[in-house]
Amino acid sequence: MALNQSGWRPTSPEQGSATSATFTGNKALMLEEALIFEIGSTDTSGVEVAEPVSTASRLGNLARTAPIGLPGLSEPETVRHYTRLSRQNYAIDLGLFPLGSCTMKHNPRLNEKMARLPGFADVHPLQPVDTVQGALGIMNELAMWLIELTGMHGVAMSPKAGAHGELCGMLCIKAALEKRGEGHRKVVLVPESAHGTNPATAAFAGFTVEDIPATAEGRVDTDALKARLGPDVAAVMITNPNTCGLFERDLKAISDAVHAAGGYVYCDGANFNAIVGRVRPGDLGVDAMHINLHKTFSTPHGGGGPGSGPTVLSEALSPFAPLPYTARTKDGHIHLIEEERADEFSAEHFGGKLDSFGRMTAFHGQMGMFTRALTYILSHGADGLRQVAEDAVLNANYVLRSLEDTLDAPFAFSGPCMHEAIFSDEGFPEGFSTIDVAKALIDEGFHPMTMYFPLVVHGAMLVEPTETESKAALDQFIGALRSVAERAKAGDQSLKTAPHFAPRSRLDETLAARKPKLVWKEPVVTSEAAE
Amino acid sequence: MSRYFTEDHEWIDVDGDVGTVGISDYAQGQLGDIVFVDVPEAGKSLAKGDEAAVVESVKAASDVYSPVSGSVIEGNAALADEPGLVNTDPEGEGWFFKLTLSDASQLDGLMDETAYQAFVAKL
Repeated sequence: MALNQSGWRPTSPEQGSATSATFTGNKALMLEEALIFEIGSTDTSGVEVAEPVSTASRLGNLARTAPIGLPGLSEPETVRHYTRLSRQNYAIDLGLFPLGSCTMKHNPRLNEKMARLPGFADVHPLQPVDTVQGALGIMNELAMWLIELTGMHGVAMSPKAGAHGELCGMLCIKAALEKRGEGHRKVVLVPESAHGTNPATAAFAGFTVEDIPATAEGRVDTDALKARLGPDVAAVMITNPNTCGLFERDLKAISDAVHAAGGYVYCDGANFNAIVGRVRPGDLGVDAMHINLHKTFSTPHGGGGPGSGPTVLSEALSPFAPLPYTARTKDGHIHLIEEERADEFSAEHFGGKLDSFGRMTAFHGQMGMFTRALTYILSHGADGLRQVAEDAVLNANYVLRSLEDTLDAPFAFSGPCMHEAIFSDEGFPEGFSTIDVAKALIDEGFHPMTMYFPLVVHGAMLVEPTETESKAALDQFIGALRSVAERAKAGDQSLKTAPHFAPRSRLDETLAARKPKLVWKEPVVTSEAAE
Repeated sequence: MSRYFTEDHEWIDVDGDVGTVGISDYAQGQLGDIVFVDVPEAGKSLAKGDEAAVVESVKAASDVYSPVSGSVIEGNAALADEPGLVNTDPEGEGWFFKLTLSDASQLDGLMDETAYQAFVAKL
């Protein structure tokens, strides 16, 4: 196989000098890697398939005549290709991952050990219920913990991720409104400090979205929200703690007002990590909230997913929860409540017929994530979970207070932040923006923070360190961010082309978005080369 | 022909009962490089404040609201291939759509160029 057929050569000043460019394009142990189509060839294969004994084909004129166009590689070449690519990735197992609103905490290895036990790892969703009592027991116990930690009445375990959980909650609200004969309530109020997925979820569920402004201190404008309530409002979707990293102190008063006006309260639970064990959303009048097991309860996400978004529900919304769900009966058996038993179960527990709005998924949800999350909960205990929230908040405040002398912190005056610290690009000279700081952080060996979100902060930089970082790790990150921010404020032009030490220097994101190349095309061979 | 601005950074040029709508130079500067624009189709009826178009930049996706009520005559087809026109000539070639005004008195609530520049200066 030929090396570096893509023809790429280093371009940045540090890498591009004649003395530092290598023959292969590799930089010591950081190996340059071409596309699999560029290194593969149809002459090579990972397996040797014997010629069929009989060549009689029943495909007739449907048999393929053109080449299939797949690259052929031997097994070691394939393994090396993907291993080399993986070395260009950044992961929580490599270092601090300050992506705001993502809660990139350490994934304890004990979780992995438990999830890999054959009794949990190898179950099939269609096995007889008698043979999966342990797995159902995990689901049921996790459900009980989630209900207890949130102070809610019920939980739908099947949603597969955060936004899926949001949809679950909004569909429960829709079903409850229709049952009340108030399906005409179509407006969902979403504060500016809410997550960006909230308006998308409301629109997808058939509602009309209206924005509610944020106050100067970064919280919901409660007066504006109350003034908008009325007979057309179905629900309010609020994120607490919000995307400005602040606790919505007026949530109970907001919930009371929304309920008095006949609406429901959806709380985006993506930031639950900051309050787990400290605040129960049920006590604040929340009707539905999704919990990102892949954030608060440390199951892997990003490339390591999948996500899992169980949705806790108030007493008013629980009867509308999607099927299936688990329930323990008096004889100690755990049952999976599916369509055929749901009416009976509903009569027993809710005193009425089945009101479930249907199913979110074919089966029960993310079994592997349930096992990891319950392992995390049991290994921490109630007191340990409370400390998770406390340490997450402490770490974020340490970042906020350590950098507020260098970076503009628009809500620093609003009091302590919760799980994340937010900064703006105020004070950067003309031509410098958040993206230059973020790209330079790559050179410093960190994944950048969340950029340009929330929109209420100009050039927002949203940093969520999580509780799993030590003070030493935080100090290193703070030092790196301070250094980069000071270079930006001093107008250091080299920031405009950062990163310089990454496998690729600054990419043209505008060109990539305007004219994306999504399919590899075989390069046209010039006549000179063909001769 | 007169030009008016909204607090959401749309501009509208009015010639008779036909208005041409786009986003201001300030708005394109805040959004950064525009990579995609979705303009309304001819015949679409818009009320003042309705979401009329979508503009996506490398930073964010934003709605463009109709400054007045009316019926869309034409969307700027050139933006499909060249969304960058919004960056290079936001208040000219980078216009979004034209519409027939149904209530010209709605223009009274909008800002003129001077008032808009004063409004932007305070942001």
